[in-house]
Amino acid sequence: RCTSDPRHHQFAGRTTTHCAQSHPLPHRQAFLGVIAVAVAPAGVGRWEEMASSLDAPNLDDYLTADSLPQEPPRSLTLRDLLDISPVLTEAAGAIVDDSFTRCFKSNSPEPWNWNIYLFPLWCLGVVIRYGLLFPLRFLTLILGWMAFFTAFFPVRFLMNGKNRLKSKIERKLVEMMCSVFVASWTGVIKYHGPRPSSRPYQVFVANHTSMIDFIILEQMTAFAVIMQKHPGWVGFIQKTILESVGCIWFNRNDLKDREVVGRKLRDHVQHPDNNPLLIFPEGTCVNNQYTVMFKKGAFELGCAVCPIAIKYNKIFVDAFWNSKKQSFTMHLVRLMTSWAVVCDVWFLEPQYLREGETAIEFTERVRDMIAARAGLKKVPWDGYLKHNRPSPKHTEEKQRMFAESVLRRLEEN
Amino acid sequence: MGNASSMLTQYDIEEVQEHCSYLFSQQEIVSLYERFCQLDRSAKGFVAEDEFLSIPEYSTNPLSQRLLRMVDGLNFKEFVSFLSTFSARASLQQKIEFIFKVYDIDGKGKVSFKDLVEVLRDLTGSSMSEKQREVLI
Repeated sequence: RCTSDPRHHQFAGRTTTHCAQSHPLPHRQAFLGVIAVAVAPAGVGRWEEMASSLDAPNLDDYLTADSLPQEPPRSLTLRDLLDISPVLTEAAGAIVDDSFTRCFKSNSPEPWNWNIYLFPLWCLGVVIRYGLLFPLRFLTLILGWMAFFTAFFPVRFLMNGKNRLKSKIERKLVEMMCSVFVASWTGVIKYHGPRPSSRPYQVFVANHTSMIDFIILEQMTAFAVIMQKHPGWVGFIQKTILESVGCIWFNRNDLKDREVVGRKLRDHVQHPDNNPLLIFPEGTCVNNQYTVMFKKGAFELGCAVCPIAIKYNKIFVDAFWNSKKQSFTMHLVRLMTSWAVVCDVWFLEPQYLREGETAIEFTERVRDMIAARAGLKKVPWDGYLKHNRPSPKHTEEKQRMFAESVLRRLEEN
Repeated sequence: MGNASSMLTQYDIEEVQEHCSYLFSQQEIVSLYERFCQLDRSAKGFVAEDEFLSIPEYSTNPLSQRLLRMVDGLNFKEFVSFLSTFSARASLQQKIEFIFKVYDIDGKGKVSFKDLVEVLRDLTGSSMSEKQREVLI
């Protein structure tokens, strides 16, 4: 179709002559240099990471002979304008693998090598887990809930006022309920570091894998948390119980909400009677191997930030809650039918905003600490991109850089 | 998602390999299949436009819309064939044909001045005026 057209040959011919004159093989670093100019900072590290993973196609293979690095300054040729191969390669690279979807990939468990010995053992394991452990755990949970409600509702509604005793009892009850929850999935949790103290001017931040993060932390100290309102029985629990420990609600989609919530947060940390505030700055559940960008709201409150790192042991169960694939109920059932939930929780040293440090730098510094402690890889994407498209600003930025380089070279001619 | 490679038989892999003129190894095709299944969330058999656009790195690419018209609604075989142009083993001729197709998005068989300006517009956005682009080309 196009090969018979003489203009196409001309098009092709021009490109090939240029190719013959340039370097025969692209030097990988120089190529990455070209890409680094035109691409968001995420680009460079990802290529290397991807090229080194054995299963994925080697990204080096996607370098076309056309996309050779050019040394500036050089006279602007038509070829430079027409050669869109780096941009295309980048797009194809994103289709093949991208660092954002990787954060939300639930790792399917590797099937064992079955043989006459292991397979019956595994079957026995399934029978024990579903037939014995699950009913026992479910029973524990039901009994725990009943005990909790019989104690909680009288205290909540009959004891009047906001006196200290009432708050204390409610706190203890919530902690007890969370312990019951943890027992219902046989949680083996090791806490490292000093236990959080209840005093003003501090906020706790942690990485987020599932809603059970909250339960695990709540078991140790009754935190006040900032949460999105959920439907169903979770919403019911949020409304009745969590109100008592002092939770702040927000709506992800409401932009004006941000200011209101910011004010509420600030008020909360200043009051000494309030429970310590816990925030998950990622804003969404991530699969416990990566961390997405932290929102800086928690770091601008002008108080100490105490990082908490949580890491689950995948051998026992994958605790990542993929909210698109399962409801919370199904997630809990999965946890209750596994052997155990094993995790480590590290309470790290409180951090303060340093001299001359911006809020964003502070956020990144704390994120580095948490990622290093829990062995997570950092990814420079905003968690909300799970639900929304990236703003056109990023594309405009790339377009601007390309336009500037072209115009600059035009002027140099 | 489960074990994707178990849903592909050896015959399937070979058929796909043949379709892309053996530019991908069998292992690469298996990885691409996993990726395809990951992108195609509702298991329709093809990846829809909004599923491509949900990859942040892809949607911030200036040429994403143009490429979307070429890649939207492809089944797995065609998907692999589409990506095979990017393999190092692909011939220069194939790559140039691909670039030509990106320019000539309406399939006229010719690249006109208007096409060149349009692609340049995609690449530069609002940072360059229309006049500047025309002068440039």
